[in-house]
Amino acid sequence: MKILVCMKQVPQKDAPLKLNDAGTWIRDDVSYEVNEPDAFALEEALRQKEKHKGEVVVVTAGPARAMQVLREALAKGADRAIHLEGDAFVGLDAYNTARAIAAAIKDEKFDLIFTGLQSDDYGYAQTGVILAEILGLPHATIIMQIEKNEAGIRVKRELEAGFFQFVDMSLPAVLTIQSGINKLRYATLIGIKQAKTKPLRKVTMDEVQSAVGGNLQKIEKLHVPQKSKNTEFLEGPPAEVAKKLVEKLKNELRVI
Amino acid sequence: MDTILVVVEQREGKLNRVSWETIAAGQAIAAHTGWTLEAAVVGSGVAAIAGEVAAKKVAKVYDVESARLEPYTPDAFAHALREFLGKHPAKLVLMPHTYQVRDFVPKLATALQTTAITDAIGYKYEGGKLLFTRQMFQGKFVADVSFAGSGPYFVTFQNGSFRADKVEAGTAAAPVETVNVDVPDAVVRNKPQEVFKEAKQAVDLTQAEIIVSVGRGIKEQKNIELAKQLADALGGELAASRPICDNGWLPMDRQIGSSGQTVAPKLYLALGISGAIQHIVGMKGARSVVAINKDSEAPIFEIADYAIVGNLFDIVPPLIEEIKKAKG
Repeated sequence: MKILVCMKQVPQKDAPLKLNDAGTWIRDDVSYEVNEPDAFALEEALRQKEKHKGEVVVVTAGPARAMQVLREALAKGADRAIHLEGDAFVGLDAYNTARAIAAAIKDEKFDLIFTGLQSDDYGYAQTGVILAEILGLPHATIIMQIEKNEAGIRVKRELEAGFFQFVDMSLPAVLTIQSGINKLRYATLIGIKQAKTKPLRKVTMDEVQSAVGGNLQKIEKLHVPQKSKNTEFLEGPPAEVAKKLVEKLKNELRVI
Repeated sequence: MDTILVVVEQREGKLNRVSWETIAAGQAIAAHTGWTLEAAVVGSGVAAIAGEVAAKKVAKVYDVESARLEPYTPDAFAHALREFLGKHPAKLVLMPHTYQVRDFVPKLATALQTTAITDAIGYKYEGGKLLFTRQMFQGKFVADVSFAGSGPYFVTFQNGSFRADKVEAGTAAAPVETVNVDVPDAVVRNKPQEVFKEAKQAVDLTQAEIIVSVGRGIKEQKNIELAKQLADALGGELAASRPICDNGWLPMDRQIGSSGQTVAPKLYLALGISGAIQHIVGMKGARSVVAINKDSEAPIFEIADYAIVGNLFDIVPPLIEEIKKAKG
């Protein structure tokens, strides 16, 4: 099976984020990491390849720093990488990101395309589904299991409130992968070494420009959320804080 | 005058109650903009749901019908709504941000060469322009987002963003029009099987009055015991955010959030939980929230009544002792 994994670099989970002066985006002097569901998508692709042979290709869109995501993926076992490189890719909405990726892979034929189910920065949860529509492929979202069979694949979709559903699909198809579908591997030293010699194709905005249009949605302003609650911060050494909290639990919240 | 269309969600012929929140959103936006509010239900044999919605203050309800719409598939739903919107144009299409909606809305919007603002938590109407607010960076920021292009504009609203009990009833039942759509066989590519529950739910957290919930901050499986002791001291149940259950440190049926249980206890004590959106939607109905987290900027503090910034491993042991003392 030939599998494409779409991956994204996002700010680290606990990185303190600050707004830029215009209040339209975050300041980019933060640490980045791979978007968590995308890491599970990569792991699933590697496992499918180990079972059924084939090739795993990883793609990302973003500035030079996003290369780190591809490098890690190659070190874990991906065969080659595609980098839509440049700042021009940063502010794209989900529709245009998907159109740019579709344009970059137009000469390839994948059996499966994986994305994480959503990103930790924008949280659109859309790019994979849009990509499927652009490519004319069937899709399924929030996938927790993939089994190849004669006719295609059987996937396990996660629904809300603890419900699941199996869905039979033909190939090629696009799947958005849920965190926790598998256990992530670490890159090995040999893998890290080998990654350096694996093929990497860079794609500039110029090459895919004709496929990309103006954003259909625009972030006008980012702001710190308004508090809906009057939060009281309890401060002091641990023993004192514990006393204060118990007093609140007893006299204010009346739960003990 | 433009039209706002709320597409209510039904599953296997039952109205998903979160749809009332979307109706409330539609009514609020209609009152603000002066636009006409209509509603639609999409499915097979769902006239009763159309009738239920028609009792509310809406101008009209469409019952969009095709035998191919049951069971749900993204192909059939996107196709049916595309055909429907071709005949009955709307400027703004609102839906609840459910797993089902996020499965087909990006496809539908793309097919119509337009876009969806997903997981919105509110809206603003300023100088004739509609802005939708949505969380970004896991709730650390909120963005005002506008639409470009000519629409239709799709918006999905996060669970709990509007109050279902604020839905206004109509003075008389709204007219219901049945619209039969043609969904050809070849359109539906996926073959969904029966919906099922993994295992019998061993614990019903929705009934718990006190919940102690752990997140990534608990660090290691062996530390779960500390949270358990706190839950026991309080006479509450132990729960967790998704990563903890993914790791197998607690069973899946103790997971709180969009993919787990939705709870509304008297007290929700969050230990080392940052407060990602998917977790918050499962517990923001709690009457009171206490959060202990070492990151002073953790989004969980936004909705906390009492907040403690610090190392949970320093705070929880004396807390257990104090609770025991207080309980005598």
